Amino acid sequence: MNSSNYIARHVAALPKSGIRDFFELVAKMKGQDVISLGVGEPDFVTPWHIREAAIYALEKGKTYYTSNLGLIELRRAISTYVEQHFGISYRPEDQVIVTVGVSEALDLACRAFINPGDKVMFHQPCYVSYSPSVVLAHGDAIAVPTYAKDNFALTAEALRAAWQPGAKLLMLNLPCNPTGGTCSREQLEKIAEFCREKDLLVLTDEIYSELTFDGTHTSIASLPGMAERCIFLHGFSKAFAMTGWRIGYACGPAPLIDAMMKVHQYSMLCASIIAQEAALEALLRGWDSVLKMREQYHRRRDLIVRRFNEIGLKCHSPRGSFYAFPEVTATGLNEKDFATGLLAQEKVAVVPGAAFGDGGRGHVRACFATSYEQLIVACDRIERFVAAPRSERLKG
Amino acid sequence: MNPVLKLLLEGGSLTTAQMAQVAGLSVAQVEQHLEQLKKDKIFLGWHPVLDLSREAAAAAAVRAVIEVKVTPERGGGFNRLAERIARFDEVESCYLMSGGFDLLVFVRQPSLQKVAAFVSERLSTIEGVLSTSTHFMLRCYKEQGFLLDGGDAPSTRLNVAP
Repeated sequence: MNSSNYIARHVAALPKSGIRDFFELVAKMKGQDVISLGVGEPDFVTPWHIREAAIYALEKGKTYYTSNLGLIELRRAISTYVEQHFGISYRPEDQVIVTVGVSEALDLACRAFINPGDKVMFHQPCYVSYSPSVVLAHGDAIAVPTYAKDNFALTAEALRAAWQPGAKLLMLNLPCNPTGGTCSREQLEKIAEFCREKDLLVLTDEIYSELTFDGTHTSIASLPGMAERCIFLHGFSKAFAMTGWRIGYACGPAPLIDAMMKVHQYSMLCASIIAQEAALEALLRGWDSVLKMREQYHRRRDLIVRRFNEIGLKCHSPRGSFYAFPEVTATGLNEKDFATGLLAQEKVAVVPGAAFGDGGRGHVRACFATSYEQLIVACDRIERFVAAPRSERLKG
Repeated sequence: MNPVLKLLLEGGSLTTAQMAQVAGLSVAQVEQHLEQLKKDKIFLGWHPVLDLSREAAAAAAVRAVIEVKVTPERGGGFNRLAERIARFDEVESCYLMSGGFDLLVFVRQPSLQKVAAFVSERLSTIEGVLSTSTHFMLRCYKEQGFLLDGGDAPSTRLNVAP
Protein backbone atom coordinates (compact mmCIF):
# COMPACT_ATOMS: atom_id res chain seq x y z
CA MET A 1 0.00 0.00 0.00
CA ASN A 2 1.31 3.40 -0.90
CA SER A 3 0.30 5.71 1.94
CA SER A 4 0.81 8.85 -0.10
CA ASN A 5 -2.00 7.79 -2.44
CA TYR A 6 -4.41 8.34 0.41
CA ILE A 7 -3.38 11.85 1.39
CA ALA A 8 -5.59 14.52 -0.12
CA ARG A 9 -3.75 16.50 -2.78
CA HIS A 10 -4.33 19.88 -1.16
CA VAL A 11 -2.98 18.58 2.16
CA ALA A 12 0.01 16.91 0.53
CA ALA A 13 0.78 20.17 -1.25
CA LEU A 14 0.75 22.21 1.97
CA PRO A 15 4.27 23.09 3.10
CA LYS A 16 5.16 22.17 6.67
CA SER A 17 5.33 25.09 9.07
CA GLY A 18 8.81 26.64 8.92
CA ILE A 19 8.67 26.78 12.67
CA ARG A 20 8.65 23.02 12.85
CA ASP A 21 12.21 22.62 11.48
CA PHE A 22 13.51 25.10 13.94
CA PHE A 23 11.63 23.44 16.76
CA GLU A 24 13.41 20.18 15.97
CA LEU A 25 16.75 21.95 15.96
CA VAL A 26 16.13 23.48 19.38
CA ALA A 27 14.73 20.22 20.74
CA LYS A 28 18.06 18.54 19.92
CA MET A 29 19.81 20.91 22.31
CA LYS A 30 17.80 19.73 25.28
CA GLY A 31 19.74 19.85 28.52
CA GLN A 32 21.95 22.69 27.32
CA ASP A 33 21.45 26.12 28.76
CA VAL A 34 19.28 27.43 25.92
CA ILE A 35 17.36 30.66 26.45
CA SER A 36 14.35 30.54 24.21
CA LEU A 37 12.90 33.69 22.71
CA GLY A 38 11.18 31.38 20.25
CA VAL A 39 7.93 30.87 22.09
CA GLY A 40 4.54 32.23 21.16
CA GLU A 41 2.91 32.38 24.55
CA PRO A 42 3.09 34.23 27.88
CA ASP A 43 5.60 33.10 30.50
CA PHE A 44 2.98 33.78 33.16
CA VAL A 45 0.93 30.87 34.33
CA THR A 46 -2.85 31.49 34.29
CA PRO A 47 -3.80 33.68 37.30
CA TRP A 48 -4.74 31.54 40.27
CA HIS A 49 -8.32 32.77 40.65
CA ILE A 50 -9.03 31.53 37.12
CA ARG A 51 -7.45 28.14 37.77
CA GLU A 52 -9.35 27.94 41.04
CA ALA A 53 -12.64 28.61 39.25
CA ALA A 54 -11.91 25.66 36.95
CA ILE A 55 -11.18 23.42 39.93
CA TYR A 56 -14.45 24.54 41.51
CA ALA A 57 -16.33 23.77 38.29
CA LEU A 58 -14.94 20.22 38.37
CA GLU A 59 -15.85 19.83 42.05
CA LYS A 60 -19.40 20.87 41.20
CA GLY A 61 -19.54 18.20 38.54
CA LYS A 62 -19.52 20.49 35.51
CA THR A 63 -18.40 17.86 33.05
CA TYR A 64 -21.10 18.01 30.38
CA TYR A 65 -21.48 19.32 26.85
CA THR A 66 -22.62 22.90 26.68
CA SER A 67 -24.82 24.56 24.07
CA ASN A 68 -23.06 24.53 20.67
CA LEU A 69 -22.66 28.28 20.93
CA GLY A 70 -21.19 28.02 24.44
CA LEU A 71 -22.49 28.74 27.94
CA ILE A 72 -24.94 31.61 27.78
CA GLU A 73 -23.36 33.19 30.91
CA LEU A 74 -20.01 33.23 29.12
CA ARG A 75 -21.54 34.66 25.94
CA ARG A 76 -23.18 37.40 28.00
CA ALA A 77 -19.85 38.18 29.66
CA ILE A 78 -18.13 38.21 26.24
CA SER A 79 -20.77 40.57 24.88
CA THR A 80 -20.27 42.97 27.81
CA TYR A 81 -16.48 42.74 27.57
CA VAL A 82 -16.39 43.42 23.84
CA GLU A 83 -18.76 46.35 24.25
CA GLN A 84 -16.71 47.86 27.09
CA HIS A 85 -13.27 47.31 25.59
CA PHE A 86 -13.92 47.62 21.86
CA GLY A 87 -17.16 49.56 21.65
CA ILE A 88 -18.99 46.95 19.55
CA SER A 89 -22.38 45.48 20.56
CA TYR A 90 -23.16 41.84 19.91
CA ARG A 91 -26.25 39.94 21.08
CA PRO A 92 -25.13 37.03 23.30
CA GLU A 93 -28.03 34.89 22.04
CA ASP A 94 -27.11 34.67 18.36
CA GLN A 95 -24.09 36.85 17.55
CA VAL A 96 -21.44 35.15 19.73
CA ILE A 97 -19.95 31.67 19.45
CA VAL A 98 -17.42 30.18 21.86
CA THR A 99 -14.69 28.18 20.13
CA VAL A 100 -11.62 26.07 20.86
CA GLY A 101 -9.18 28.96 20.65
CA VAL A 102 -9.15 31.61 17.94
CA SER A 103 -7.58 28.95 15.71
CA GLU A 104 -10.85 27.04 15.58
CA ALA A 105 -12.83 30.24 15.04
CA LEU A 106 -10.59 31.07 12.09
CA ASP A 107 -11.00 27.60 10.64
CA LEU A 108 -14.79 27.77 11.09
CA ALA A 109 -14.89 31.09 9.28
CA CYS A 110 -12.79 29.76 6.41
CA ARG A 111 -14.89 26.65 6.02
CA ALA A 112 -18.18 28.53 6.41
CA PHE A 113 -17.43 31.38 3.99
CA ILE A 114 -15.02 30.12 1.33
CA ASN A 115 -16.20 28.44 -1.87
CA PRO A 116 -13.52 26.55 -3.82
CA GLY A 117 -11.44 29.12 -5.65
CA ASP A 118 -12.58 32.13 -3.59
CA LYS A 119 -9.76 34.56 -2.94
CA VAL A 120 -8.76 35.52 0.59
CA MET A 121 -6.38 38.38 1.34
CA PHE A 122 -4.11 38.34 4.37
CA HIS A 123 -1.19 40.52 5.41
CA GLN A 124 2.28 39.08 5.63
CA PRO A 125 4.47 38.39 7.65
CA CYS A 126 1.77 36.79 9.73
CA TYR A 127 0.82 33.95 12.00
CA VAL A 128 1.74 30.64 10.39
CA SER A 129 -1.77 29.24 9.99
CA TYR A 130 -3.53 31.96 7.97
CA SER A 131 -2.60 30.85 4.51
CA PRO A 132 -2.96 27.09 5.28
CA SER A 133 -6.42 27.67 6.80
CA VAL A 134 -7.52 29.24 3.53
CA VAL A 135 -5.96 26.48 1.45
CA LEU A 136 -7.56 23.77 3.61
CA ALA A 137 -10.91 25.39 2.84
CA HIS A 138 -10.04 25.25 -0.90
CA GLY A 139 -9.60 28.99 -1.18
CA ASP A 140 -6.76 30.94 -2.79
CA ALA A 141 -4.68 32.93 -0.32
CA ILE A 142 -3.37 36.31 -1.51
CA ALA A 143 -0.54 37.74 0.59
CA VAL A 144 -0.44 41.50 1.08
CA PRO A 145 3.01 42.66 2.12
CA THR A 146 3.67 44.90 5.13
CA TYR A 147 6.98 46.68 5.47
CA ALA A 148 9.48 47.55 8.17
CA LYS A 149 9.42 51.19 6.98
CA ASP A 150 5.72 51.35 8.03
CA ASN A 151 6.45 49.53 11.32
CA PHE A 152 4.64 46.63 9.65
CA ALA A 153 1.29 48.40 9.62
CA LEU A 154 -1.02 47.26 6.82
CA THR A 155 -1.74 50.08 4.37
CA ALA A 156 -4.75 50.52 2.11
CA GLU A 157 -2.30 51.17 -0.75
CA ALA A 158 -0.69 47.75 -0.36
CA LEU A 159 -4.14 46.18 -0.17
CA ARG A 160 -5.23 47.88 -3.35
CA ALA A 161 -2.04 46.82 -5.13
CA ALA A 162 -2.50 43.17 -4.14
CA TRP A 163 -6.25 42.99 -4.75
CA GLN A 164 -7.52 40.65 -7.45
CA PRO A 165 -11.00 40.21 -8.88
CA GLY A 166 -12.83 37.50 -6.94
CA ALA A 167 -11.38 38.54 -3.57
CA LYS A 168 -14.01 37.88 -0.93
CA LEU A 169 -12.36 37.95 2.47
CA LEU A 170 -9.68 39.92 4.25
CA MET A 171 -7.93 38.48 7.30
CA LEU A 172 -6.44 40.92 9.78
CA ASN A 173 -4.32 40.31 12.86
CA LEU A 174 -3.52 43.56 14.64
CA PRO A 175 -1.33 43.79 16.64
CA CYS A 176 0.39 41.20 14.55
CA ASN A 177 2.32 38.03 15.35
CA PRO A 178 5.29 38.11 14.47
CA THR A 179 5.89 41.79 13.76
CA GLY A 180 4.01 43.53 16.56
CA GLY A 181 2.79 45.89 13.86
CA THR A 182 -0.64 47.43 14.09
CA CYS A 183 -2.71 50.14 12.43
CA SER A 184 -3.78 53.55 13.63
CA ARG A 185 -7.45 54.48 13.51
CA GLU A 186 -6.80 56.55 10.38
CA GLN A 187 -5.10 53.65 8.63
CA LEU A 188 -7.96 51.35 9.62
CA GLU A 189 -10.50 53.83 8.25
CA LYS A 190 -8.82 53.68 4.87
CA ILE A 191 -8.74 49.88 4.99
CA ALA A 192 -12.43 49.86 5.97
CA GLU A 193 -13.24 52.12 3.06
CA PHE A 194 -11.40 49.76 0.72
CA CYS A 195 -13.32 46.77 2.14
CA ARG A 196 -16.65 48.53 1.56
CA GLU A 197 -15.60 49.46 -1.96
CA LYS A 198 -14.60 45.89 -2.82
CA ASP A 199 -17.36 44.33 -0.71
CA LEU A 200 -14.90 42.30 1.39
CA LEU A 201 -15.87 40.43 4.53
CA VAL A 202 -13.24 40.99 7.23
CA LEU A 203 -12.01 38.36 9.69
CA THR A 204 -10.27 40.36 12.38
CA ASP A 205 -8.14 38.38 14.84
CA GLU A 206 -7.77 40.62 17.90
CA ILE A 207 -5.86 38.16 20.09
CA TYR A 208 -3.09 40.65 20.99
CA SER A 209 -5.32 43.70 21.33
CA GLU A 210 -5.07 43.99 25.13
CA LEU A 211 -1.29 43.93 24.78
CA THR A 212 -1.15 47.32 23.07
CA PHE A 213 1.44 49.51 24.71
CA ASP A 214 1.32 52.79 22.83
CA GLY A 215 -1.97 54.54 22.25
CA THR A 216 -5.28 52.72 22.33
CA HIS A 217 -6.21 49.76 20.22
CA THR A 218 -8.99 50.24 17.67
CA SER A 219 -10.80 47.31 16.13
CA ILE A 220 -11.85 47.68 12.53
CA ALA A 221 -15.22 46.17 13.56
CA SER A 222 -15.88 49.26 15.72
CA LEU A 223 -15.66 51.68 12.80
CA PRO A 224 -18.98 53.05 11.48
CA GLY A 225 -20.76 50.55 9.27
CA MET A 226 -18.11 47.84 9.68
CA ALA A 227 -19.68 45.54 12.31
CA GLU A 228 -21.99 44.15 9.61
CA ARG A 229 -19.04 43.04 7.46
CA CYS A 230 -16.67 41.88 10.21
CA ILE A 231 -16.20 38.67 12.10
CA PHE A 232 -14.55 39.68 15.35
CA LEU A 233 -12.24 36.89 16.57
CA HIS A 234 -10.78 36.93 20.02
CA GLY A 235 -9.70 34.66 22.84
CA PHE A 236 -8.11 34.31 26.23
CA SER A 237 -4.71 32.83 25.38
CA LYS A 238 -2.51 35.91 25.35
CA ALA A 239 -4.02 38.60 27.58
CA PHE A 240 -5.16 36.18 30.29
CA ALA A 241 -2.21 33.78 29.87
CA MET A 242 -4.51 30.87 29.00
CA THR A 243 -2.92 29.31 25.89
CA GLY A 244 -3.31 25.70 27.00
CA TRP A 245 -7.02 26.09 27.81
CA ARG A 246 -7.80 26.49 24.11
CA ILE A 247 -10.65 28.94 24.43
CA GLY A 248 -11.71 31.73 22.11
CA TYR A 249 -14.77 33.22 20.46
CA ALA A 250 -16.18 34.82 17.36
CA CYS A 251 -18.76 37.60 17.15
CA GLY A 252 -20.54 38.86 14.08
CA PRO A 253 -23.81 39.18 12.20
CA ALA A 254 -26.24 36.42 13.23
CA PRO A 255 -26.49 34.67 9.82
CA LEU A 256 -22.68 34.45 9.58
CA ILE A 257 -22.27 33.19 13.14
CA ASP A 258 -25.02 30.69 12.40
CA ALA A 259 -23.08 29.39 9.40
CA MET A 260 -19.94 29.04 11.53
CA MET A 261 -22.02 27.29 14.17
CA LYS A 262 -23.07 24.67 11.61
CA VAL A 263 -19.45 23.68 11.00
CA HIS A 264 -18.69 23.87 14.72
CA GLN A 265 -21.61 21.65 15.76
CA TYR A 266 -20.65 18.92 13.32
CA SER A 267 -16.94 19.04 14.12
CA MET A 268 -16.19 20.32 17.62
CA LEU A 269 -19.70 20.26 19.11
CA CYS A 270 -18.66 22.68 21.86
CA ALA A 271 -15.61 24.02 23.65
CA SER A 272 -14.59 22.30 26.89
CA ILE A 273 -16.95 23.33 29.68
CA ILE A 274 -14.07 23.62 32.15
CA ALA A 275 -12.26 26.06 29.90
CA GLN A 276 -15.53 27.96 29.44
CA GLU A 277 -16.00 28.25 33.20
CA ALA A 278 -12.42 29.46 33.56
CA ALA A 279 -12.94 31.98 30.76
CA LEU A 280 -16.04 33.33 32.51
CA GLU A 281 -14.01 33.90 35.66
CA ALA A 282 -11.31 35.61 33.58
CA LEU A 283 -13.80 38.07 32.12
CA LEU A 284 -15.54 38.78 35.41
CA ARG A 285 -12.49 39.26 37.62
CA GLY A 286 -9.32 38.98 35.56
CA TRP A 287 -8.75 42.51 34.30
CA ASP A 288 -6.32 43.50 37.07
CA SER A 289 -4.10 40.55 36.14
CA VAL A 290 -4.18 41.59 32.49
CA LEU A 291 -3.01 45.07 33.39
CA LYS A 292 -0.22 43.75 35.60
CA MET A 293 1.04 41.43 32.88
CA ARG A 294 0.77 44.13 30.25
CA GLU A 295 2.93 46.43 32.34
CA GLN A 296 5.59 43.73 32.55
CA TYR A 297 5.50 43.12 28.79
CA HIS A 298 5.70 46.84 28.18
CA ARG A 299 8.93 47.21 30.16
CA ARG A 300 10.39 44.09 28.61
CA ARG A 301 9.60 45.46 25.15
CA ASP A 302 11.39 48.71 25.93
CA LEU A 303 14.37 46.75 27.23
CA ILE A 304 14.73 44.36 24.28
CA VAL A 305 14.08 46.96 21.58
CA ARG A 306 16.63 49.31 23.13
CA ARG A 307 19.21 46.54 23.38
CA PHE A 308 18.64 45.33 19.81
CA ASN A 309 19.12 48.81 18.43
CA GLU A 310 22.24 49.36 20.58
CA ILE A 311 23.64 46.07 19.34
CA GLY A 312 23.08 47.21 15.76
CA LEU A 313 20.04 45.08 14.94
CA LYS A 314 17.57 47.61 13.63
CA CYS A 315 14.30 47.04 15.44
CA HIS A 316 11.09 49.06 15.37
CA SER A 317 9.23 49.32 18.65
CA PRO A 318 6.21 47.02 18.32
CA ARG A 319 3.10 48.90 19.44
CA GLY A 320 1.57 45.67 20.65
CA SER A 321 2.01 41.89 21.15
CA PHE A 322 5.02 40.36 22.86
CA TYR A 323 7.25 40.02 19.81
CA ALA A 324 10.19 42.07 18.64
CA PHE A 325 11.06 41.64 14.97
CA PRO A 326 14.57 42.97 14.41
CA GLU A 327 16.31 43.11 11.06
CA VAL A 328 19.47 41.01 11.07
CA THR A 329 20.89 41.62 7.60
CA ALA A 330 23.36 44.23 8.87
CA THR A 331 25.29 41.31 10.38
CA GLY A 332 25.92 39.96 6.88
CA LEU A 333 23.82 36.89 7.63
CA ASN A 334 20.36 35.98 6.41
CA GLU A 335 17.68 35.24 9.01
CA LYS A 336 18.17 31.49 8.86
CA ASP A 337 21.96 31.56 9.28
CA PHE A 338 21.56 34.15 12.01
CA ALA A 339 19.07 32.04 13.96
CA THR A 340 21.00 28.80 13.44
CA GLY A 341 24.35 30.40 14.30
CA LEU A 342 22.94 32.17 17.35
CA LEU A 343 21.49 28.92 18.62
CA ALA A 344 24.70 26.96 18.06
CA GLN A 345 27.16 29.61 19.26
CA GLU A 346 25.29 31.35 22.04
CA LYS A 347 22.34 29.07 22.80
CA VAL A 348 19.65 31.65 22.24
CA ALA A 349 16.63 30.56 20.20
CA VAL A 350 14.84 33.06 17.98
CA VAL A 351 12.61 32.18 15.03
CA PRO A 352 13.75 33.00 11.47
CA GLY A 353 11.31 35.54 10.04
CA ALA A 354 10.75 33.60 6.81
CA ALA A 355 8.70 31.09 8.83
CA PHE A 356 6.01 33.80 8.81
CA GLY A 357 6.08 34.34 5.07
CA ASP A 358 8.41 35.86 2.52
CA GLY A 359 7.95 39.32 4.02
CA GLY A 360 9.74 38.10 7.12
CA ARG A 361 13.03 37.54 5.32
CA GLY A 362 15.94 39.40 6.83
CA HIS A 363 14.23 39.43 10.23
CA VAL A 364 13.95 37.17 13.24
CA ARG A 365 11.15 37.00 15.78
CA ALA A 366 12.19 37.35 19.40
CA CYS A 367 9.46 36.82 21.96
CA PHE A 368 9.99 38.95 25.06
CA ALA A 369 7.52 37.01 27.23
CA THR A 370 10.30 35.86 29.51
CA SER A 371 11.86 37.12 32.75
CA TYR A 372 14.03 40.25 32.93
CA GLU A 373 17.00 38.19 34.03
CA GLN A 374 16.69 35.84 31.04
CA LEU A 375 16.10 38.70 28.62
CA ILE A 376 19.21 40.52 29.80
CA VAL A 377 21.37 37.42 29.47
CA ALA A 378 19.87 36.68 26.05
CA CYS A 379 20.65 40.24 24.88
CA ASP A 380 24.22 39.96 26.20
CA ARG A 381 24.67 36.73 24.26
CA ILE A 382 23.20 38.20 21.08
CA GLU A 383 25.53 41.17 21.45
CA ARG A 384 28.51 38.82 21.74
CA PHE A 385 27.30 36.85 18.72
CA VAL A 386 26.93 39.95 16.55
CA ALA A 387 30.39 41.16 17.55
CA ALA A 388 32.08 37.84 16.69
CA PRO A 389 33.84 37.37 13.34
CA ARG A 390 31.52 36.23 10.55
CA SER A 391 33.29 32.87 10.15
CA GLU A 392 32.60 32.10 13.82
CA ARG A 393 28.97 33.05 13.50
CA LEU A 394 28.35 30.76 10.57
CA LYS A 395 29.38 27.68 12.51
CA GLY A 396 25.95 26.13 12.84
CA MET B 1 6.12 56.31 41.20
CA ASN B 2 9.89 56.16 41.47
CA PRO B 3 10.85 53.48 38.86
CA VAL B 4 13.34 51.81 41.18
CA LEU B 5 10.82 51.64 44.01
CA LYS B 6 8.34 50.09 41.61
CA LEU B 7 10.81 47.32 40.75
CA LEU B 8 11.63 46.74 44.42
CA LEU B 9 7.96 46.40 45.27
CA GLU B 10 7.50 43.70 42.66
CA GLY B 11 9.60 41.49 44.90
CA GLY B 12 12.05 40.24 42.29
CA SER B 13 15.72 40.03 43.14
CA LEU B 14 17.25 42.10 40.38
CA THR B 15 20.73 43.51 40.84
CA THR B 16 21.18 47.23 40.40
CA ALA B 17 22.70 46.54 36.97
CA GLN B 18 19.63 44.53 35.97
CA MET B 19 17.30 47.18 37.37
CA ALA B 20 19.13 49.75 35.29
CA GLN B 21 18.46 47.77 32.10
CA VAL B 22 14.83 47.13 32.90
CA ALA B 23 14.11 50.74 33.85
CA GLY B 24 16.20 52.12 31.02
CA LEU B 25 18.53 54.00 33.40
CA SER B 26 22.24 53.97 34.08
CA VAL B 27 23.53 52.05 37.10
CA ALA B 28 24.50 55.39 38.67
CA GLN B 29 20.95 56.67 38.26
CA VAL B 30 19.51 53.57 39.92
CA GLU B 31 21.89 54.03 42.84
CA GLN B 32 20.91 57.67 43.03
CA HIS B 33 17.24 56.71 43.19
CA LEU B 34 18.00 54.24 45.98
CA GLU B 35 19.93 56.87 47.91
CA GLN B 36 17.09 59.33 47.54
CA LEU B 37 14.55 56.78 48.75
CA LYS B 38 16.72 56.14 51.80
CA LYS B 39 17.15 59.83 52.43
CA ASP B 40 13.39 60.31 52.24
CA LYS B 41 12.99 57.44 54.75
CA ILE B 42 10.73 55.61 52.30
CA PHE B 43 13.18 52.78 51.72
CA LEU B 44 14.24 51.64 55.19
CA GLY B 45 16.41 48.64 54.42
CA TRP B 46 16.84 45.28 52.75
CA HIS B 47 15.28 42.19 54.21
CA PRO B 48 15.56 38.78 52.60
CA VAL B 49 12.45 36.63 52.31
CA LEU B 50 13.48 33.17 53.51
CA ASP B 51 11.88 29.79 53.75
CA LEU B 52 12.48 29.33 57.48
CA SER B 53 11.54 25.67 57.37
CA ARG B 54 14.78 24.96 55.50
CA GLU B 55 17.53 23.82 57.80
CA ALA B 56 20.11 26.39 56.85
CA ALA B 57 17.86 29.25 57.75
CA ALA B 58 16.26 27.63 60.78
CA ALA B 59 18.45 29.33 63.41
CA ALA B 60 15.89 31.90 64.49
CA ALA B 61 12.78 30.15 63.49
CA VAL B 62 10.24 30.26 66.30
CA ARG B 63 7.69 32.83 65.32
CA ALA B 64 4.63 34.00 67.17
CA VAL B 65 1.89 36.58 66.84
CA ILE B 66 0.75 38.25 70.02
CA GLU B 67 -2.55 40.04 70.42
CA VAL B 68 -2.11 42.74 73.03
CA LYS B 69 -4.79 44.75 74.81
CA VAL B 70 -3.60 48.00 76.30
CA THR B 71 -5.08 51.01 78.07
CA PRO B 72 -4.99 54.02 75.78
CA GLU B 73 -3.65 57.18 77.35
CA ARG B 74 -5.11 60.66 77.34
CA GLY B 75 -3.11 62.75 74.90
CA GLY B 76 -1.12 59.99 73.22
CA GLY B 77 -3.72 57.28 72.63
CA PHE B 78 -1.93 54.03 71.82
CA ASN B 79 1.23 55.54 70.43
CA ARG B 80 3.48 55.70 73.46
CA LEU B 81 2.84 52.08 74.44
CA ALA B 82 3.00 50.84 70.85
CA GLU B 83 6.33 52.56 70.25
CA ARG B 84 7.68 51.22 73.52
CA ILE B 85 6.75 47.67 72.59
CA ALA B 86 8.00 48.04 69.02
CA ARG B 87 11.47 48.99 70.22
CA PHE B 88 12.19 45.52 71.62
CA ASP B 89 14.62 43.61 69.38
CA GLU B 90 12.39 40.55 69.66
CA VAL B 91 9.61 42.41 67.83
CA GLU B 92 9.69 42.15 64.02
CA SER B 93 6.52 44.09 63.35
CA CYS B 94 3.93 45.88 65.42
CA TYR B 95 0.55 47.16 64.26
CA LEU B 96 -2.39 48.98 65.83
CA MET B 97 -5.50 47.00 64.92
CA SER B 98 -9.22 47.48 64.81
CA GLY B 99 -11.38 44.82 66.47
CA GLY B 100 -11.12 42.77 69.64
CA PHE B 101 -7.57 43.75 70.66
CA ASP B 102 -5.33 46.74 70.17
CA LEU B 103 -1.83 45.78 69.05
CA LEU B 104 -0.69 42.88 66.93
CA VAL B 105 2.94 42.05 67.61
CA PHE B 106 5.05 39.68 65.49
CA VAL B 107 8.06 38.18 67.24
CA ARG B 108 10.80 35.80 66.09
CA GLN B 109 13.13 34.05 68.49
CA PRO B 110 15.54 31.10 68.48
CA SER B 111 13.36 29.09 70.89
CA LEU B 112 9.92 28.79 72.33
CA GLN B 113 11.29 29.56 75.79
CA LYS B 114 12.68 32.85 74.58
CA VAL B 115 9.33 33.91 73.18
CA ALA B 116 7.66 32.86 76.42
CA ALA B 117 10.19 34.81 78.43
CA PHE B 118 9.66 37.88 76.31
CA VAL B 119 5.89 37.73 76.77
CA SER B 120 5.81 36.94 80.46
CA GLU B 121 8.75 39.02 81.66
CA ARG B 122 8.83 41.99 79.33
CA LEU B 123 5.62 42.52 77.43
CA SER B 124 2.94 41.66 79.97
CA THR B 125 4.69 43.53 82.77
CA ILE B 126 4.56 46.87 80.98
CA GLU B 127 2.23 49.21 82.74
CA GLY B 128 -0.84 49.74 80.59
CA VAL B 129 -0.72 46.26 79.02
CA LEU B 130 -3.98 44.62 80.08
CA SER B 131 -3.63 41.19 78.48
CA THR B 132 -1.69 39.21 75.88
CA SER B 133 -2.69 36.26 73.77
CA THR B 134 0.20 34.46 72.07
CA HIS B 135 -0.20 32.31 68.94
CA PHE B 136 2.76 30.28 67.73
CA MET B 137 3.09 29.83 64.00
CA LEU B 138 3.26 26.17 63.04
CA ARG B 139 3.98 26.24 59.35
CA CYS B 140 4.36 28.86 56.68
CA TYR B 141 2.68 28.43 53.30
CA LYS B 142 3.25 31.86 51.82
CA GLU B 143 5.76 34.48 52.91
CA GLN B 144 5.40 38.06 51.69
CA GLY B 145 4.06 37.03 48.33
CA PHE B 146 6.30 33.98 47.86
CA LEU B 147 4.77 30.50 47.94
CA LEU B 148 6.85 27.93 49.85
CA ASP B 149 7.05 24.49 48.19
CA GLY B 150 3.53 24.41 46.86
CA GLY B 151 4.12 26.79 43.95
CA ASP B 152 3.71 25.93 40.31
CA ALA B 153 5.69 23.10 38.76
CA PRO B 154 8.63 24.20 36.59
CA SER B 155 7.48 25.52 33.25
CA THR B 156 7.10 22.97 30.49
CA ARG B 157 6.55 25.63 27.87
CA LEU B 158 7.68 24.57 24.40
CA ASN B 159 10.91 26.19 23.32
CA VAL B 160 9.59 27.15 19.92
CA ALA B 161 5.93 27.75 19.16
CA PRO B 162 4.02 29.63 16.48
